[in-house]
Amino acid sequence: MNFDALAGVLLIPAISAAVLAALPGYKLTSRLNVLATFLTFATSVSLFVVEPSSGHYLLVDDLNKVFIVLTTFVSFTTSVFSASYIGHEIEIGRLRPAYVRFYHAMYQILMFGMNLALVANNIGLMWVAIELATLTTVLMVGIYRTHEALEAAWKYFILGSVGIALALFGTILIYMAARPVIGEGPDAMVWTLLITKAAKFDPALLNVAFVFLLLGYGTKVGLAPLHAWLPDAHAEGPTPISAVLSGLLLNVALYALLRFKMLLALNPAAIAPGPLMVTMGLISAVFAAFMLYRRRDIKRLFAYSSIEHMGIIVFAFGMGGPLANFAGLLHMTMHSLTKSAIFFAVGHIAQVKGTQKIAEMGGLTVTNPVLGWGLVLGVVAIAGLPPLGIFMSEFLVVSSTFARAPWLVMILVFAIIVALGGLFLRLNTIAFGEPRGASAPAEASYVPMFSHLAIVFVAGIYMPPALVAGFQNVARLLG
Amino acid sequence: MHSLSFDVAHMLAGSLVLVSFMQLYQDRLYALLNIFALHALILAASVAWQAFVQDAPHLYLTAVIALVFKAIVIPTALHRIIVKLGIHREIETVVGVGPAMLLGMGLVALSMVVMLRVTSEADPLAREDLAFALSVVLLGLLMMVTRRNAVSQVIGFMSLENGLVLAATGAKGMPLVVEISVAFSVLIAFIVIGIFLFRIRERFDSVDMQALDRFRGERQ
Repeated sequence: MNFDALAGVLLIPAISAAVLAALPGYKLTSRLNVLATFLTFATSVSLFVVEPSSGHYLLVDDLNKVFIVLTTFVSFTTSVFSASYIGHEIEIGRLRPAYVRFYHAMYQILMFGMNLALVANNIGLMWVAIELATLTTVLMVGIYRTHEALEAAWKYFILGSVGIALALFGTILIYMAARPVIGEGPDAMVWTLLITKAAKFDPALLNVAFVFLLLGYGTKVGLAPLHAWLPDAHAEGPTPISAVLSGLLLNVALYALLRFKMLLALNPAAIAPGPLMVTMGLISAVFAAFMLYRRRDIKRLFAYSSIEHMGIIVFAFGMGGPLANFAGLLHMTMHSLTKSAIFFAVGHIAQVKGTQKIAEMGGLTVTNPVLGWGLVLGVVAIAGLPPLGIFMSEFLVVSSTFARAPWLVMILVFAIIVALGGLFLRLNTIAFGEPRGASAPAEASYVPMFSHLAIVFVAGIYMPPALVAGFQNVARLLG
Repeated sequence: MHSLSFDVAHMLAGSLVLVSFMQLYQDRLYALLNIFALHALILAASVAWQAFVQDAPHLYLTAVIALVFKAIVIPTALHRIIVKLGIHREIETVVGVGPAMLLGMGLVALSMVVMLRVTSEADPLAREDLAFALSVVLLGLLMMVTRRNAVSQVIGFMSLENGLVLAATGAKGMPLVVEISVAFSVLIAFIVIGIFLFRIRERFDSVDMQALDRFRGERQ
């Protein structure tokens, strides 16, 4: 294989993982971690300039380019945030220096796993990559070694494993369906071959396969009622990992689901995958919106908000059609950026206050104005208020599907409004009113948070035509 | 059609389902471990038979992994962990043996109906294998939800995974089977090491999953 950008997005994380595992010292490794993720990001952007050739195992097309760039960008900004966050954790002795080496190596392996899942042209390879990404996040969620962290890691482990197992069964069934048409051997798992011949596959097998894939990868997306691992994993792990989980890993699982949806859509005799996805999306959105009201832990609050937004995104993709797909894609991007920005703020807030309990926070805009207003801006964005990017994308989701299914969209709008209420209720306690709890000055890096929020803000007002054209192209691909 | 190769494969896959049922009614951890070792042994035999029938030598590797890793190493390791961490040897179940067996039978019937109907055009060997494999997967899931104890949940997961390997080897010519079985072995090794390293016994005072549920961050 020639060395091209495609190899770059895989090799840079893999090599840096080995290097970071070997190097001692927190200051050096955290900077190297930032450097490595930046290089990966730069390489992924170059995919747009020179498109590498796709082989039997790896592939680059318009669909996964969007995902790769988003993944590498957020992982770059998260590594900047992580450098200051982890520095503080070592200072207060919550994390031992020995674990930091492990943490950075795991961070890079996670990047490797996610990138591999996105560029895999083989559905078996994709499965292995998602398993790898899951395993590394499990290890990172449990890194604090507290009772709660271990419980969360264990729960994530068991539920994630079951999800992964079901997804594998679905993958095997896809192979079984493809074998009579494509022939035995590795070819029958190659994505680019599957998609050209999908119309001739046995529809009954495809149907059963999709149900397993939806349940399996749906667990990883965090769709209700398979979401039980998600709030715990978000709340108990280090905050950079919460940001990566919400902003990226959920998207990677969604990407896998979308690929199989495309496959099914090409077979006229198979069930339409749309209604299944719409149903699960709506259930997740409504359920998570109500769950927002009873949260007492700030990270858990935003974890439920992630479930709600994944529900909206899955709903949009489930409805299908160029417009709804465009809206879903835009919403996914905006959600990734906004939610990781919120977790950047939340990470520093939890460090300043020394707790994650909402009741013990208050008046943040007075004690730590930059953090406080950053959080306010983030929550305003995630709740879907104009003129920010999420308002745009939610508006598009609603307007593009309203004519086709007005009643379903009503339910969705209801969920969005309920979620808005829940978020503002909590935001009011955290950001305004009498200052409560400890208030140390924050040693935060604000750049990642505000750069994300700035992008979301600009996207709400103006989107570059090239970007719109790119997204429209991908939306057409998705069918 | 009913050649020797078909009959033997059928018998082995059927025995795997049978042993899955045997796991459902065990109420002592050591006995459960032994039954699981038997489960893995039958899987190894079944995979080896498929390797022979399909003339696919790489599958022998999967068979050896199943034999050495799952039938010998893991049960021995879990045995030691149970002794070392002083885990209670009786298994608490969520539902009784009777309802669990009935549910299990329902699941097997379900998987037969689903798989045999949708694979009517596939070759009979793969078809039956797939139906049995789905039964084993569902029985493994059932075991995971009806047991409260972490070790028996792990065993449930491993037997679920045995079902997946059965399905993967039954699908003739499927690529990456060896890689996938290695990936799963790594996953399981992590889980087992996890039980030990995280010292679930020590941290949570029991490996009872109910105790793990105590802390949710919501109820204080």
